[in-house]
Amino acid sequence: MLTEELVDLSRLQFAVTALYHFLFVPLTIGLAVILVVMELTYVITDRPIYKDMVRFWGKLFGINFALGVTTGLTLEFQFGTNWAYYSHYVGDIFGAPLAIEGLMAFFLESTFIGLFFFGWDRLNKWQHFMVTVLMAFGSNLSALWILIANGWMQNPLGSEFSFVTMRMEMTDFWAIVFNPVAQAKFVHTVSAGYVTASLFVLGISSWYLLRGRDLDFARRSFRIAAGFGFASALSVIVLGDESGYTLSESQQAKMAAMEAMWETEPAPAAFTLFALPNEAAQRNDYELQIPYVLGLIGTRSTTETLPGIREIKEKNRERIVDGIKAVTALEQLRRNRDDAAALAQFEAYKADLGFGLLLKKYIVDVSQATPDMIQQAVDSTIPRVAPLFWSFRIMVALGFLFLALFSLALFHSIKGNFIEKRWLLRWALWFIPMPWIAAELGWIVAEYGRQPWTIYGVLPTHISVSNISVANVYGSLAGFIGFYTVLLIVEIYLMRKYVRLGPASLGTGKYHGEQAAGGALPVNAPANRI
Amino acid sequence: MDYETLKLVWWLLVGVLLIGFAIMDGHDMGVGTLLPFVGRTDLERRAVINTVAAHWEGNQVWFVTAGGALFAAWPLVYATAFSGFYWAMMAALWALFFRPVGFTYRSKIQNASWRSTWDWGLFIGGAVPPIIFGVAFGNLLLGVPFHFNDLMMSTYTGSFWALLNPFALLAGVVSLGMLTFHGANYMMMRTEGPIYRRTRTASLIFGVLTLFAFALAGWWVATSIDGYAITSVIDGNSPPDPLAKTVVIAEGAWMLNYNHYPWTIWVPIVAFIALAAGILFARLHKAGLAFWSSSTACAGIIGTAGVSMFPFIMPSSTDPRSSLTLYDAVSSHLTLGLMLGATVIFIPLIVIYTSWAYKVMWGKVTTEFISANDKSVY
Ligand code: HDD
Ligand code: HEM
Ligand code: HEM
Repeated sequence: MLTEELVDLSRLQFAVTALYHFLFVPLTIGLAVILVVMELTYVITDRPIYKDMVRFWGKLFGINFALGVTTGLTLEFQFGTNWAYYSHYVGDIFGAPLAIEGLMAFFLESTFIGLFFFGWDRLNKWQHFMVTVLMAFGSNLSALWILIANGWMQNPLGSEFSFVTMRMEMTDFWAIVFNPVAQAKFVHTVSAGYVTASLFVLGISSWYLLRGRDLDFARRSFRIAAGFGFASALSVIVLGDESGYTLSESQQAKMAAMEAMWETEPAPAAFTLFALPNEAAQRNDYELQIPYVLGLIGTRSTTETLPGIREIKEKNRERIVDGIKAVTALEQLRRNRDDAAALAQFEAYKADLGFGLLLKKYIVDVSQATPDMIQQAVDSTIPRVAPLFWSFRIMVALGFLFLALFSLALFHSIKGNFIEKRWLLRWALWFIPMPWIAAELGWIVAEYGRQPWTIYGVLPTHISVSNISVANVYGSLAGFIGFYTVLLIVEIYLMRKYVRLGPASLGTGKYHGEQAAGGALPVNAPANRI
Repeated sequence: MDYETLKLVWWLLVGVLLIGFAIMDGHDMGVGTLLPFVGRTDLERRAVINTVAAHWEGNQVWFVTAGGALFAAWPLVYATAFSGFYWAMMAALWALFFRPVGFTYRSKIQNASWRSTWDWGLFIGGAVPPIIFGVAFGNLLLGVPFHFNDLMMSTYTGSFWALLNPFALLAGVVSLGMLTFHGANYMMMRTEGPIYRRTRTASLIFGVLTLFAFALAGWWVATSIDGYAITSVIDGNSPPDPLAKTVVIAEGAWMLNYNHYPWTIWVPIVAFIALAAGILFARLHKAGLAFWSSSTACAGIIGTAGVSMFPFIMPSSTDPRSSLTLYDAVSSHLTLGLMLGATVIFIPLIVIYTSWAYKVMWGKVTTEFISANDKSVY
């Protein structure tokens, strides 16, 4: 039985495990590129301090990477364990980018990371640099393929439903690869990773500078992070705007909910800076607007309108009513593949099949749906407004704050006086967690905003889940939360330890407070204490 | 390529990926399983771990990619097997969690209990997944209780405990034995002194264990396990629809392929020869040859399961017509063709750069080397 409890728990488990995976992903993607920049500087200038930088930031990279891999494993298999019907229904399309990601990206990234850590003495400078480049290339490529998969869920093109196999099938691979939503998502998400890693390096370097230790090392790291971070912060904003633009075409419901836009407004629509959305009354209790801006962002014109929530719902009502006919015809066809009348009816209405399936949440035989059920289904097509509205605004606000921070950091790097600007260093230090908050909120906008669909307009979340018992999902969710909590504590502990040790952890004998860390136990100490 | 041929090619390719996983990730798992036993001191254990330090991550991607390829090529198998074997999957995943963190974090702190805890974590991550995969294969041979409704929603009606039946547990032993044997042979190539001696003993023990367990499992299948057979005509070129066929459960059906295609008997024979050769080479201190033999044994053993069940992948014991076969659990013609292209391009590339990575890092890992490179090795 697909109960609401089962569906909610499965969603919660996906949300927890995916958001957790994305705690590690942005740092991997971004830090890999920063390591490339640092190592390039090393091979060109031949100054050992840059090699030490690669190795020290590389250590932190490794600590993070381990959990990125651990948590990625969960996701790779979770579609099968918890989203079995989804996996069957769209596996023909969705599985391909996932498998290609493995073949093309994960192998590259994971093979070369081994040489990155252990190949220093066995490769020459240029060879090692190439290894680092391939590793960084692999991690960025993995983001591309997974976001192509995810982009297809947001904007499913290049595919068609087949009633014989009872699933979606691929018709045009390149349409899926060059899906504008996927491309916009890729550049925005990867830039978000660059911002995250830049701020990480900037903040930790600032801490060394504030403490007056490892000055030379920290100063150079700070400069690189400031330059790279400035470019990334700029691109995350510009490309986030691109995401908004593709969204207004592909997912009007999400757009309207993000903007708390209940009514269709005359073009060009105003951007709501602040509002108190009132779900029950379907209006905003208070709002503060900037004229024209939303229309410009969403449509890139001053004449096109963006539909409001009420208008979208009315359109969806018609699609649901047509969808009932599609589902009924499909069920007849499944019982008798040669039923010509059913086939004709199905062909006529199949574009609205997904909307008909929305009713499965309320009744098994959708042809018996009552007007009340249809109304509930209509209401469900709009995600809840307040969480989206606020998540989006916090992400955007943080985006502008990052840009401000990196602009100042870059400005003072060029002037060469950032060590005296202690307020700037403190700002960078305290802002270290913020990119994570922005990125997690971004995913909440993207994924929660897609509800009630897993495949937008095609497959409702409600019927995507595995038909398993609720107890199973409670059990696994508890297990994940337990494991992940312990792992996070261990990771943060190690990160703090190695940040505090600083470059001294390399054991070169050149840095602040050189002391042993992570080295040998006394020779031949017994290993077994259990 | 026509659809039917593609379907057959993909059956082979999934086999190749599983064998790739067993050979590559399998030897890391064997190393993990043996770690607490062949390494007595911290330095020795670090030497053991550093034989795979630079490679386990890339090798693990064979596992990830096998999962992804299953999703892309056989979506119904991915969906039905993983949701049906829910707790087995969770147990395998959670055991695998110990590996990335175990390898990476273990030596980052100087504390004996910390390190010993992660050593046992690596043991779990090395031993538990092979057992579970073996048990899963055993259950596939027995048939799994599941069925589809009209809309192709699958329901699994068995329990987790039912998976742990005697035959499946024996299959688990075969799988664990095979990968531990294989891991030991790998380690023999890259260690020396006391570690090498203990590893060689382990190789002999696990080689013999695998040989006997595999023979016992074969005898069991031949004499007392019912197989499955398709009774309707198969049209390999029609759109995949599991519910369109009829299937019976029949005594000795898992032996039919060996009668129809007598050359297939070579698959289990190769497995036996390779196991025996591996044991012999380990005795003779020919570590490299032992490793190639156990690699061949992995291929032979996995191949034997595949050939016996052909064309079935996941038979249903409660509703035989819902059984999944290589003809009807597959994705569309376009997707299979596309994925074949991707595989044919990338697998050779992967093999090339992985071999290069091994070449760069090759050599014996000694405890002296670990002491001298204290800060830069695991
Ligand atoms: C935007 C980037 C991005 C996104 C949205 C995801 N991942 Fe991820 N994933 C990565 C970017 C990444 C990465 C950068 O490549 C990782 C992160 C840290 C790491 O070690 O590699 C990684 C690791 C990683 C691994 C381990 C790979 C290995 O062994 O090398 C797997 C199996 C997955 N991921 C699977 C998934 C799945 C199934 C996702 C979707 C639900 C997913 N990831 C979302
Ligand atoms: C790592 C980055 C990601 C994060 C942080 C993330 C976050 C989320 C969240 C918060 C939900 C729950 C939404 C809800 O039910 O209210 C969700 C659901 C889901 N996401 Fe993502 N997601 C990520 C990547 C992906 C990707 C790349 C895919 C597909 C390739 C994906 C597929 C799904 C699916 C199938 C669900 C479950 C159905 C649903 O609730 O919509 N997610 N994700
Ligand atoms: C002015 C700045 C920004 C704008 C206009 C913006 C816009 C957007 C939009 C419209 C989405 C939703 C896309 C969808 O639903 O498909 C999104 C998602 C997301 N945002 Fe932002 N964003 C901004 C800043 C940031 C920052 C600073 C970060 C993190 C450092 C970030 C990280 C993300 C992530 C990870 C996602 C989810 C992936 C995706 O859908 O692309 N964003 N952003």
